[in-house]
Amino acid sequence: MTARRSWWKLALGVIFTALMLFPVYWMVNVSLTRTQDLRLSPPHIFPVNPTLEGFEAVIRQQLPNLGTSLLIGLGCVVLTVVIAAPAAYAIALLNLRGGRTLNFILLVAQMIPGVVMAMGFYAIYVRAGLLNSVWGLILADSTIAVPFGVLLFTAFMSGLPRELLQAAKVDGANAWRTFVSIVLPMSRNSVLTVSLFAFLWAWSDFIFASTLARNSELRPVTLGIYAYIGNNTTQWNAIMATAVVASIPAAILLVVAQRYVAAGVTAGAVKD
Amino acid sequence: MTTSLTRRPAPGTDTVSVTVPDPRKRRPSRLLGSRWVAFGFAAPLIAYLLVFYAFPLIRSVDLSIHDYTIRAFVQGNAEFVGFDNYAAILSSPLFGQALVNTTLFVVVSLLFQYAIGLALAVFFRSNFPLSGLLRGLFLVPWLLPLIVSASVWSWMLNSDSGIVNSVIVAFGGEQINWLTSPETALTSVIIANIWLGIPFNLVILYAGLQNISLDVYEAASLDGAGAWRQFWSITFPLLKPVSAITLLLGLVYTLKVVDIIWIMTAGGPANSSTTLAIWSYREAFGTGQPDLSPAAAVGNLLIVIALIFGFFYLRIQRREANS
Repeated sequence: MTARRSWWKLALGVIFTALMLFPVYWMVNVSLTRTQDLRLSPPHIFPVNPTLEGFEAVIRQQLPNLGTSLLIGLGCVVLTVVIAAPAAYAIALLNLRGGRTLNFILLVAQMIPGVVMAMGFYAIYVRAGLLNSVWGLILADSTIAVPFGVLLFTAFMSGLPRELLQAAKVDGANAWRTFVSIVLPMSRNSVLTVSLFAFLWAWSDFIFASTLARNSELRPVTLGIYAYIGNNTTQWNAIMATAVVASIPAAILLVVAQRYVAAGVTAGAVKD
Repeated sequence: MTTSLTRRPAPGTDTVSVTVPDPRKRRPSRLLGSRWVAFGFAAPLIAYLLVFYAFPLIRSVDLSIHDYTIRAFVQGNAEFVGFDNYAAILSSPLFGQALVNTTLFVVVSLLFQYAIGLALAVFFRSNFPLSGLLRGLFLVPWLLPLIVSASVWSWMLNSDSGIVNSVIVAFGGEQINWLTSPETALTSVIIANIWLGIPFNLVILYAGLQNISLDVYEAASLDGAGAWRQFWSITFPLLKPVSAITLLLGLVYTLKVVDIIWIMTAGGPANSSTTLAIWSYREAFGTGQPDLSPAAAVGNLLIVIALIFGFFYLRIQRREANS
């Protein structure tokens, strides 16, 4: 390929990417727009008189919600890894009886619509007193990531050399010891991948939040944005500023862990 | 055990470059501990699945075959009505419309996501400066919280102050009431959904392309096949299994989409963008009065549809794994 042709492709690539990311740019642009300029027609293509009033509203009103989302996201990460990693170890390396059946169930579990799960949880939580609680949301949100986690860990651990287990056995290590000191450290990258997705999915969840925590004092940020849209349709700069802030984890994770993201998409082939 | 794609991940993803051994072919002697030790490690997951999947699902079936009013809900003495809720749903005038909307939403979204995703995957396959970075940036829409994307699209498609209408008007077109007119509401949510699904299709199809050996193309080039011919005679046929999996997975996941439609149009106006999932959500949680029994009936119907296609997915996947 000639150098000239590849520059041509680069130009095309930049145009495609710009088109694709335009909504993201527009979000940032609107978040910096003054309230009186929001209804301008045609709108400014870039923030002519940038203002931070939208972000001030975020700091005034959304900080507790961001904290709640952070807590829920981290809770889901811990729960998902703690449940999924040992199970995958059993399926991949300890020849668990019925391991294939279990994997099959996990694939099917990912096909259940979130609405149905939400209704089931709602019915249970009403009685159990878990409605509007952070714990209830952590438990419900974790159902998005746990099946994915087990499948991804299983795929990864199946590829670990079995000689390692053999060696551990010779050294007198039992199954638990082998899991903690050999398998888990070697699976570090897949733990990162699973954690990343568990966090992002919990952070982004709207269905469970809107059904199980609608009257909660501690609301996740997705509900914060939703409340804005419902009540306050003139404050689109504040809505977009919250949206920008709510996108920060995704942005950070994309920069820091881009290869794990691609690995997760292809390995689990899961979108939720 | 996941898709066959795990065998050959995208470049730069050496972390998960795992060859999954077929457990049937390779069943080594028990290395560590007994059958019970293995079960012990899996026990938390099994308990978790029973409590957080099986139980809510049973509860949802239970909701759909009883008549749960708010009071009955709290007291727990709902009347058993068998399949009455299902009959009511199927004979409701909304059923036909929701089914048509769901089909349109899923089929049109998938066609465009797939076509654009594939075109981009082919485009990004030829290495040019910064191609990796640009491909990475394409993931952004997929990672954003859905409520963020949905609100951005709502504002962009706003009738009076939206950028989309500004552009249309600037080119001499008519202003369109994207979200507030029954003719365009479904189109609007489909556009947003296509945008959301492109990254997923791009990543999976790109990984599939990596599996096609470059030698085949070289041979085709020597035989004088042009780029277009190469695409239709090599890329597309060889990519078929990956395409099938991408489309089926996309279908299963698009069927259950709630957030994006709910936030942009809430299924309206006049039910013009109500899908089965939205119908179920609105019955259960969309009004002040939760009406969980019919909602659960719609939801369970949706599970059945999803599972039918899900089993197609599993069959293709199994055939892949065996070949």
